[in-house]
Amino acid sequence: MEKQAVPAKGHKASQVLEDNVVLAMRGIDKTFPGTRALNNVDFTLREGEIHALMGENGAGKSTLIKVLTGVYPKDSGHIYVKGIQGEAHIHSPQEAQNIGISTVYQEINLCPNLTVAENMFIGRTKGARVQWSINEKKADKILRNLGIPAQANQELSRCSLAVQQMVAIARAVDMNCKVLILDEPTSSLDEKEVQMLFGLMRDLKSRGVGIIFVTHFLEQVYEVSDRITVLRNGELVGEYAVENLPQVELVARMMGKDLNDLADLEEIGQKKTAGETVVYEADKLSSTESKPFHFSIREGEVNGFTGLLGSGRSESVRAIFGADRVTGGSVKVKGKPVNITKPHDAMKAGIGYLPEDRKRDGIIADLSVRENIILALQVMKGFFHPMNQKETEKFADEYIKALKIKTASQDTPVGSLSGGNQQKVILARWLLTHPDYLILDEPTRGIDVGTKLEIQKLVLKLAAEENMSITFISSEIEEMLRTCSRLIVMRDRNIVGELTGDDLNQASVMKTIAGGGQ
Amino acid sequence: MLQKRNSRKADLSQLIIPLAALGILLLFNLIRGIVIGDLRFFSIGIGENIYGNTVLTGNLISIIDDASALAIIAMGMTLVTAACGGQDISVGAVGAISGAIFINVLAAFGLDKISVGTILVALLAATAVTIIFTLFNGTLVAVFKIQPMIATLILFSCGRSIAYMITGSATPQLNDPLINAIGKTIPGIPIPTPIFLVVIMGLLLTLIFKLTNLRLYTQTVGINQGAARLNGINPVIIKLLSFVILGICVSLAAMIQVCRLNQLAHKTLLDAIEMDAILAVAIGGNSLGGGKFRLSGTILGAYIILMLTNTLNDMNVSADSIKAYKAIVIIIIVIAGSPGIKNKISELWKKSRSRSSKAMAGR
Amino acid sequence: MKMTVKTSEVHTRHRQPMTDTKLLMLIAIGTFIVMYAFAMIFIGKRFLTIKEIFNLLNNNAYLIILGCSLTIVMIGGSIDISVGGVVCLSAMSCAKLLQYLQAQGIEGPLGVILSLLLALGIGLLFGIEQGYLVSYLEIQPFIVTLAGMFLSRGVTTMVSSENVPIKHAGFQAFKSIALQVPNVFKLELGAAIALLVLIGMYLLLRHHKLGRSIYALGGNRQSALMLGINVKRSRFLSHVISSVLAGLAGYVFIMHASSGKTSIGLRSEMDAIAAAIIGGTLLTGGVGNVFGTFIGVMILSTIQEIMAASKVQESYWQEIASGALLGFFIMLQSVVLSGREKRRAKKNTMVAAEVKG
Repeated sequence: MEKQAVPAKGHKASQVLEDNVVLAMRGIDKTFPGTRALNNVDFTLREGEIHALMGENGAGKSTLIKVLTGVYPKDSGHIYVKGIQGEAHIHSPQEAQNIGISTVYQEINLCPNLTVAENMFIGRTKGARVQWSINEKKADKILRNLGIPAQANQELSRCSLAVQQMVAIARAVDMNCKVLILDEPTSSLDEKEVQMLFGLMRDLKSRGVGIIFVTHFLEQVYEVSDRITVLRNGELVGEYAVENLPQVELVARMMGKDLNDLADLEEIGQKKTAGETVVYEADKLSSTESKPFHFSIREGEVNGFTGLLGSGRSESVRAIFGADRVTGGSVKVKGKPVNITKPHDAMKAGIGYLPEDRKRDGIIADLSVRENIILALQVMKGFFHPMNQKETEKFADEYIKALKIKTASQDTPVGSLSGGNQQKVILARWLLTHPDYLILDEPTRGIDVGTKLEIQKLVLKLAAEENMSITFISSEIEEMLRTCSRLIVMRDRNIVGELTGDDLNQASVMKTIAGGGQ
Repeated sequence: MLQKRNSRKADLSQLIIPLAALGILLLFNLIRGIVIGDLRFFSIGIGENIYGNTVLTGNLISIIDDASALAIIAMGMTLVTAACGGQDISVGAVGAISGAIFINVLAAFGLDKISVGTILVALLAATAVTIIFTLFNGTLVAVFKIQPMIATLILFSCGRSIAYMITGSATPQLNDPLINAIGKTIPGIPIPTPIFLVVIMGLLLTLIFKLTNLRLYTQTVGINQGAARLNGINPVIIKLLSFVILGICVSLAAMIQVCRLNQLAHKTLLDAIEMDAILAVAIGGNSLGGGKFRLSGTILGAYIILMLTNTLNDMNVSADSIKAYKAIVIIIIVIAGSPGIKNKISELWKKSRSRSSKAMAGR
Repeated sequence: MKMTVKTSEVHTRHRQPMTDTKLLMLIAIGTFIVMYAFAMIFIGKRFLTIKEIFNLLNNNAYLIILGCSLTIVMIGGSIDISVGGVVCLSAMSCAKLLQYLQAQGIEGPLGVILSLLLALGIGLLFGIEQGYLVSYLEIQPFIVTLAGMFLSRGVTTMVSSENVPIKHAGFQAFKSIALQVPNVFKLELGAAIALLVLIGMYLLLRHHKLGRSIYALGGNRQSALMLGINVKRSRFLSHVISSVLAGLAGYVFIMHASSGKTSIGLRSEMDAIAAAIIGGTLLTGGVGNVFGTFIGVMILSTIQEIMAASKVQESYWQEIASGALLGFFIMLQSVVLSGREKRRAKKNTMVAAEVKG
């Protein structure tokens, strides 16, 4: 599908901003040490348009937004906003707000202990006196106007998350925003609340507000957006009108694939056929974050959970590991019923888990590389059996070499390593425990291409030589196609398909991820 | 090429501040001693105590001796701080309770029949009761997730009253040679017993760290509780365990003080020791927000506090005003380690380096 | 698709739905009533007079002011344990100043005014120092104010290590101003000042931008920052106000007491914290109100009176009762807070479960 024509760079602001364009970003570059986050990216937003901004991890979505809202300075490029003469130079979120660009984040940046009205007006008035009744009347008017079911004098924490979000939007609207950025607004909402939010969005649309809708929920994008901009690896893939882009095409663009490309995957190793013994089996397993699902994996099998980011892959495996609170279902490990309510139980049952968010859930930043590597194994050996210095040094040495971890020494605090090397440390940690069943959630994220391949080869080797069962989660389809013999596809928090054998090709995967529609 | 030396280097850097403080204090006293012509501060000698035994005497000895109770409690406080990220301000009050039980049990056996056996039983009983109280605090912190300082506010307020309730208004005097042996010196051994007890406690904890994973688990829980859990560690148990160890430390310290003073004064026993203990932990380079810790730093911190008090006393500063000076020391140390200052220093550092590199480039 | 909302659902007046804070304060008020009723029934006589309530006010005026100090600081998510020491330093310094003025023969109203300025000035110094360290250097408030406590108590003994009797004529005259109906009630000037402070703080917290900024900061610091509130300045000012009020409390103290002592205000910071907690100020910040704290002070002082009046020999019971009460309210807060968390978590669970299949 062709790209929609965008106004060319280098034109004067008045030419770039056609009549109905409220925001034009041209040639935006942003580099961080080690990564090129944005490379010559363009973005256009029109009046009264709901424009979805999409891309997988590392695509540059959040960087683009942060550049637009003044959190990061851009390296080069131009930003034009309707009503501003010449270029808009935005140095802080406050400045962005002042020129009409407002953002509503996923973690609602309001104060739950204040009332709805207060949240709408605080930080905006010049006077010292707080005018309760005036503010409440004004707030009520705005709330009625936008159809938001909240009372001005209600404490914000008493409102549901969806309503809180709408209050944040109301504040932005009251500040006469021309551009409203909604950053993953529907992640914590139920169906009814999503519809309520969409109603408000359509209302704003009719008032001429331009909305940038950052999300990964495919169906929602098609339900409510007018246009879609796709980013990938910091570059603009294209801007499309929603009616011109079938879902499958969108997925293909996001993943950088050409649907029709049936080129053979570079083979990196033989996929072993799985053994007969079922190593792990879950029946109607549910947690506080995931709906009941069935799952089983056999000895030596490598399976994958795929789908777009946020489709529910991580939540499912966290339920398996007991990382989230398990609310129902039964689990059998090697045929025997097992009660897994916390990670320690899973570890004892021979399960290992490399978490998706290494900073929050993985590394113990102030402790050394060595201590981080031996941590899980140490816990499994038990409180009263500390390993001696020589042993731990040997293990650490082994894995630093094997995974080529770049560190000044074993004793460097792991927090000072680069992201990719931190990832390798966590990987080493779990490999060291030699689990029967290893769950790897995005193990190659942030790792250089060469090592990515090494890890994939390693996965195959572990399955083949040690009969380890592995669940491999990745946003990159080829990684999974190379290693997995079975792929479970998820979309919008549901399991929508399972692919094996001949279906393990890019086209089928993407079709299954994308689902119906057009 | 992996350098193992790095680890010791990294850990030792934590000791820079306490060692520097110690150095400054010693230097100050040295200069002052030379100026006034009296180096009594550094005196160590052999003499006879009132019971006719040969003992080590002298100012330095007495500083180390006096610091014993503080050092022991501060060790326990280090663990609680490391695991829970907060401080226990009830240790003095709970110490009073501990001392009360100790004396009462001894009295139950008969104050004229004190023996090693009765002392041990009394100590065990006191420790058991103390642990009950520290576990109360621990439960509030670990299970109810209340901030440590607030949770321990309860016992801080009424702990000493509970101690009074236990002993009543009677204040039995302990005048037994065995008691003196604990509080002062064992006949035949020139080093004061409390110093031994500090060493024993220190060795005990070191042994625990060697034979178990307590250090690793405690530091992990203190640094990242969520990740600790995902590696199979139970943060609640670790936190409770830190309070149990604190309980043991408190009861040992209380016994030392009771034996030194030959009685229990519930209002003044271990008075204000919680603040000194927290200070010792901070001076020792440990983060008050939890995580990595180093016991040796804390012990140094305890001695530094006593040395500071001693120095000020020597300069005829009144006991009460000493608080003011302690405060200033705290402020200086804490400002030096604050994020605000660290940021400013790193900014200045960066500026000077870029300036010098620009200068180089310009040439 | 507009959501229609019935106009009858719109409340335009201030009547707010029951919040957790209101609940906590109601419990505090209830506790006070129960306690006072207990006192009236079992100890009788004295407690049945209005005079007694005013006695409570007069005796604890300084603590009421300290309660306000702690309340404002805790609402902003910080803590101040130096207030007891500042009260002591302020009281002692004023006493010393009055003694000096008396010795110089200056016994007029000048003494009253100068000592007030001194008290406020001392508070201001501590407030600025502590506020700066906490807010701009980002040092933990517990340590900063602990140092403040040590510093103030230490300096107090430098000012004077013995009791300083107050015999300044002008001040004595000033002290004795009171609103009274003989044998019915007597409201001393100190208590009146305390009540004025209460009202002033209420107005500040409820109707002034600074007060609301402090609430916002305590509720969610990151959000407050993004909403455009000057978070650092708000926290700084909360500490300044806290310490200035502590200075004032010292002044009010010597309006009721006859001399300056080094033991003034010992542990009163803990009483103030307890009063604030009992009155519904949340330890985590963002929630609190001065009237609840006032009730907390009243409850604590009622316990004191009950103990004294019932001639309970063992005075330790009072401390234990206060401690137990504090413990009860701390756990109550924890329960209420976790109830909030569970409600929020439940919403998310239902959310996860209802996502369409």
